[in-house]
Amino acid sequence: MLQVEHLCKSFGGVQATRDVSLNFPAGSLTAIIGPNGAGKTTFFNLISGQLRPDAGRVVFDGEDMVGLSSLDVVRRGMARAFQVAALFPSLTVREALTAAVTAHQRRSWSLLSRFPLAQSRARVDEILDLLGLAPKAELLSRTLSHGDQKLLDIGLALAMRPKVLLLDEPTAGMGPDERWRMIEKVHHLWRAQSLTVIFIEHDMDIVFKFAEAVHVLKYGAVLAQGTPAEIRRNQDVIDAYLGTDHHLAVAEG
Amino acid sequence: MRQGLIRDLTLGLLGLALLLVLPAVFPHPSLRDFLIYVIAYGLLAMSLNLLVGLTGLVSFGHAAYFATGAYIFGLLMQSGSVSIPLAMLAALAGTALLALVIGAICVRLKEIYFSFITLAFQMFIHSIILTWVDLTGGDQGLRGGIPRPPFLGIDLGQPGTLYIFCAVVFVLCLLLMRQVWQSPFGYTLRMIRDNPTRASFLGVNVVRMKLGVFVLAGTMASMAGIIMALFVSGAFPEFGFWTTSGEAIFMIMLGGTQVFLGPVIGAFLLQLLNHYVTIYTHHHGLVLGILILAIVLGLRRGVADYVADWISERRRAAAPLGREEGAETAPPTPPAARKMVG
Repeated sequence: MLQVEHLCKSFGGVQATRDVSLNFPAGSLTAIIGPNGAGKTTFFNLISGQLRPDAGRVVFDGEDMVGLSSLDVVRRGMARAFQVAALFPSLTVREALTAAVTAHQRRSWSLLSRFPLAQSRARVDEILDLLGLAPKAELLSRTLSHGDQKLLDIGLALAMRPKVLLLDEPTAGMGPDERWRMIEKVHHLWRAQSLTVIFIEHDMDIVFKFAEAVHVLKYGAVLAQGTPAEIRRNQDVIDAYLGTDHHLAVAEG
Repeated sequence: MRQGLIRDLTLGLLGLALLLVLPAVFPHPSLRDFLIYVIAYGLLAMSLNLLVGLTGLVSFGHAAYFATGAYIFGLLMQSGSVSIPLAMLAALAGTALLALVIGAICVRLKEIYFSFITLAFQMFIHSIILTWVDLTGGDQGLRGGIPRPPFLGIDLGQPGTLYIFCAVVFVLCLLLMRQVWQSPFGYTLRMIRDNPTRASFLGVNVVRMKLGVFVLAGTMASMAGIIMALFVSGAFPEFGFWTTSGEAIFMIMLGGTQVFLGPVIGAFLLQLLNHYVTIYTHHHGLVLGILILAIVLGLRRGVADYVADWISERRRAAAPLGREEGAETAPPTPPAARKMVG
């Protein structure tokens, strides 16, 4: 589905991404982990067309995506949600989702009809139900709680009917209970919509419970990749990121 | 959906009826003149608000298209070879083309840079008008009057007919803009206003959409210029000077950016001040300045936005508790005020 080959990116003297090669098979649920500043978000920005890599290829469905704009990347089926929920504060939840579905249906230029278009309604209702946002559909986006804002951000990405969904820290800034509810929703989406999901996550319990594969970045380079069980045992990862406490807990558990 | 359209058409007809009845009830010629000013400048402000209020693009050079419409129309009519409707169409098309060329450069820039490049292009148009004396009459403007030959049995030489014509065109333009405001296109522009980066990640071609609304707004401003040229029977460089753009921004700030008819209300208030304050004092700029200060500092948004927010607050207070869950977590900053800061 998505192959990243020898991706490199520097900002001034800082090498944010160093020769990263990763493979994301169709239908997989992959976590990307790493300490702060490891280049995780930069990696997302590179593959989603927001940044142009200095070198390397991003092959999606057999096509090299390097040089395409974020608009083109979305139209080919890769959508993303952001670390800080990126919303439309003055629109209601329903309006925002409808506008996004309308854009996906290539009807943004429709001047003679009235908003909302009848053909967007079913998809909007489906997304509202999937995310449990239906009771809040008529609220202004800016009045939502933090967790609901993150959900709406994911909903906007889903409006693109993506094949690949990039989630930048879906559980950031949430309390423990809220985190689990969020990740269970993501897990449910992944199953129900047969998506390829790549998510950045700091909570190792969540990563090891839900991810099928884990890629570890450090200083912009790939430190390790494998199944959750392999990553847990990987000495480099333990030294660089997990720490011995986690290792011991795992050994005991 | 259809209900919205019918409601807008009904309100449009009612508005038109009001505009037509007013001069009949108060048959003072100065009222008609006053209303035509409100119509022309109201249309200019409404067209600018397609950029400012709907798309979040603060153009400082919108009067360039007002002037272009007036001059193309005036020159064509003075040539004596075309009828009024044809000259109007040509002026609209010409302005649209100009807005397309200028907009293609401007909409790639963001925020203050967008504002300043639109201002720069306006000064460019203004200097062309001033220096191309053979064509435009330079600082004297288009002299000798603009002929208004009758067409289809309509004689715009009659002040009454001219007024009716302007009122009808005005209401038609408002209905057109209302349609833009309520269309999927309009809602996509709101996305761009709120968060252009996110919009581009949702399959919206931000640059093209901005260019589309820029051309639309320029064309509407051109229509306002045509009405002005018809009314004053001439065209003057001041039409394209930055102060005219500034006045349009004043009207929007006075009336409001988020309520559809806010700019017209602003235009009405500003014309009211211009007409009546000058009767009593020479310091009308001072009065105007104080009033604007009072509105900006006191209401922190336009009058119409303030009233709309007040009504929705009242409704929220009347609604049963819990329905507006999470509303109290939002800062009470009104949309219009946010826009002025950000």
